[in-house]
Amino acid sequence: MKSSLFKSSYLFIILFLFSFSNISFSKETNVELLKPSWSFDGFFGKFDRASLQRGYQVYKEVCASCHSMKQLSYRNLGEQGGPEFTEAEVKAIASQYEVLDGPNAEGEMFTRKGKPSDKFKSPYLNENASRAANGGAYPPDMSVLVKARPGGSDYIYSLLMGYEEKVPDNIKLEDGVYYNKYMPGNKIRMAKPLSEGSVSYTDGTKATQEQLSKDVVAFLTWAAEPHLEARKKLGFKSVVYLLILTILVYFVKKKIWLRVEPKV
Amino acid sequence: MNDQTSKTSKEHFEPVHTNKVGGSPFTGVTGWIDNRLPIIRMFRHEYLDFQVPKSLSYFWSFGGILTICLVLLIVTGISLGMHYKPDANQAFDSVEKIMRDVNFGWLIRYAHMNLASFFFIAVYLHIFRGLYYGSYKEPRELMWLLGIVIFFLMMATAFLGYTLPWGQMSYWGATVITNLFSAVPLVGDFIVTWLWGDYAVGDAALNRFYVLHWLIAFLIVGVVVFHVIALHIVGSNNPSGIEPKDTRDTVSFSPFTTSKDLLAMLVFLLIFVAVMMYAPNYLGHPDNYIPANPMVTPAHIVPEWYFLPFYAILRSIPDKLMGVIAMVSSIAVLGLLPWLDFSKVRSSVFRPIWKQCIFLFVLDFFVLMYIGGAPAEGIYLVIARIGTAFCFAFFFILAPLVSIIEKPLPMPTSIHEFEEWKKQGKIKTIKLFNK
Ligand code: HEC
Ligand code: HEM
Repeated sequence: MKSSLFKSSYLFIILFLFSFSNISFSKETNVELLKPSWSFDGFFGKFDRASLQRGYQVYKEVCASCHSMKQLSYRNLGEQGGPEFTEAEVKAIASQYEVLDGPNAEGEMFTRKGKPSDKFKSPYLNENASRAANGGAYPPDMSVLVKARPGGSDYIYSLLMGYEEKVPDNIKLEDGVYYNKYMPGNKIRMAKPLSEGSVSYTDGTKATQEQLSKDVVAFLTWAAEPHLEARKKLGFKSVVYLLILTILVYFVKKKIWLRVEPKV
Repeated sequence: MNDQTSKTSKEHFEPVHTNKVGGSPFTGVTGWIDNRLPIIRMFRHEYLDFQVPKSLSYFWSFGGILTICLVLLIVTGISLGMHYKPDANQAFDSVEKIMRDVNFGWLIRYAHMNLASFFFIAVYLHIFRGLYYGSYKEPRELMWLLGIVIFFLMMATAFLGYTLPWGQMSYWGATVITNLFSAVPLVGDFIVTWLWGDYAVGDAALNRFYVLHWLIAFLIVGVVVFHVIALHIVGSNNPSGIEPKDTRDTVSFSPFTTSKDLLAMLVFLLIFVAVMMYAPNYLGHPDNYIPANPMVTPAHIVPEWYFLPFYAILRSIPDKLMGVIAMVSSIAVLGLLPWLDFSKVRSSVFRPIWKQCIFLFVLDFFVLMYIGGAPAEGIYLVIARIGTAFCFAFFFILAPLVSIIEKPLPMPTSIHEFEEWKKQGKIKTIKLFNK
């Protein structure tokens, strides 16, 4: 009875948690998502730096022409746990953008080259402008997109891989609407953004559609959860620490209680 | 004249002691302080020498666990408050800033979010303990009532807190819940506008939600203090439901209860930390990472998991006003239980029929929780109505009826005899939480 305490109380609460697991997540698509193996999954998950750097390239060259990423600054690209570009690379990336600043001493606004402390420049001035340019559809901001969709990284990867030529007969596509196997309702107003060779990688990696999608999703996952590596590291340490402490306290407690309940 | 002199000579003056310094069992600096402010004496009396029933199971650790959760919620909440901006245009971004730029901001926020959930897990187990072992019965009725007040306040803070990040669920949840007040006859619309401080949920509402989220959190602390003071007057119930009589029945709070509670807290903390560090958004809803947008209604507006059973009750009734009344009274009715159940026996261990009723009630809770997350239509609606009906039948029919017809099992006369019986396997208890 005593030794089963840990196992059983743990089980009890876990069961409790799982009993509503399928409720708190809205299941809008009932198609099984593609589940590639992610380096950042699991207890010791870490991002693959090279993949993040390639992912940034995909984002910058493809997605960024429609999707903003307002919560990130260029300096984040050089921070620990991310793509870890060098300081010089970050400066070079930032300086490719023209940023509106001011007012200056004369009271006028001016444009200047971007600095690492600037936020990612958005493709459109505001939501209306972006809707106007995308036939009424709004390409959502990508800063926390991975956390804003049930299925997270798997979902976005599946979405990018889920464009199919053959549209089922029961689905009628209006102008500018595409069929996607994984989008809730199967209709998406974003044209297939990635196909083989959309981006040419400089590190020799083959730019297949799978590779491009995997890299960009890894990048988006980091963008949504920039401290993921720190969290998992600290998580492991604190779980081990608490586990040891719990075991020690278990024996202390047992010893103390021997005073009232001598072993029979 | 004569009359007056006799009066003065006979009059007796009560001595007064406005200066009560003294009486401390301690010496030195401790004694000096304790003579003037007797908190050290009080602490020793209430937490070190304090006698508690020997037979307490781990179910009695949840009070302490709840206190720890509350303290951690306040500490993390205050830290968040230093960076959060209650402004409809800035709230979402300020939370993201906490997650990205504040040192360990991600840890503080994830801790606060998940603590809210774990607070409810603990409180549900705490309430179940009270139900199962009859802790609501005389003389602990007031503790039970204070507990229900705390539960209502917790629900209010958690709801208000959930609106603060100003995501889609924050916004639409706030809209749905505040709109419930429009069901009040005649003045409904007026009340809603007054609550919003505007004609829609917006900046004004967010600002006051933030203020109230803080305020109510501290009100909880206040009511918890009363809850604990009352506990130290009536003493703890225990799995046997029998009051302790002599030292064979009790142990002193420290080191016995303290070592046991510490162990329970660590196990709870371990599970909490594992969830927070490895699945921090598991208990949340992905839509809340989409900034609030009054123009786009989410496909399903669902509250946090811990509200689902009550949400199911609300939606099970077609009339809005009746739905609100049913939802509120499904919790408030707990407060009548001490008077609806008049069995003299406290513990369900000796109440074979009532025990089954409680398990059905727990089952009902989970069924309603499931239904609360499902669409309110078809078979779900039917189940929701049965579940709601059962919930009220449990209190108004089963509780009084069972206390009349049930024949309690033979009972031991003391706690130490109860412990003997348990060892001999004569009685069954919930093994999971036994020591
Ligand atoms: C030509 C503009 C354009 C480009 C380029 C583009 N998108 Fe989109 N994207 C959109 C639009 C428009 C929507 C909104 C679609 C809708 O609501 O139907 C969208 C929506 C999305 C969604 C959300 C789907 C959902 O569940 O709501 C994801 C994920 C996404 N895009 C990923 C990407 C990625 C990754 C890239 C780069 C590889 C990219 N997009 C490039 C225009 C674009
Ligand atoms: C009494 C117990 C409390 C409960 C149940 C509770 C619950 C919650 C919940 C559910 C959230 C939303 C979390 C999210 O989705 O981000 C929240 C946010 C917040 N709470 Fe509390 N809270 C409590 C106490 C406090 C206290 C005492 C404070 C400060 C004094 C506080 C300050 C905040 C702040 C600033 C936020 C917004 C930041 C954010 O959303 O991450 N909370 N709370």
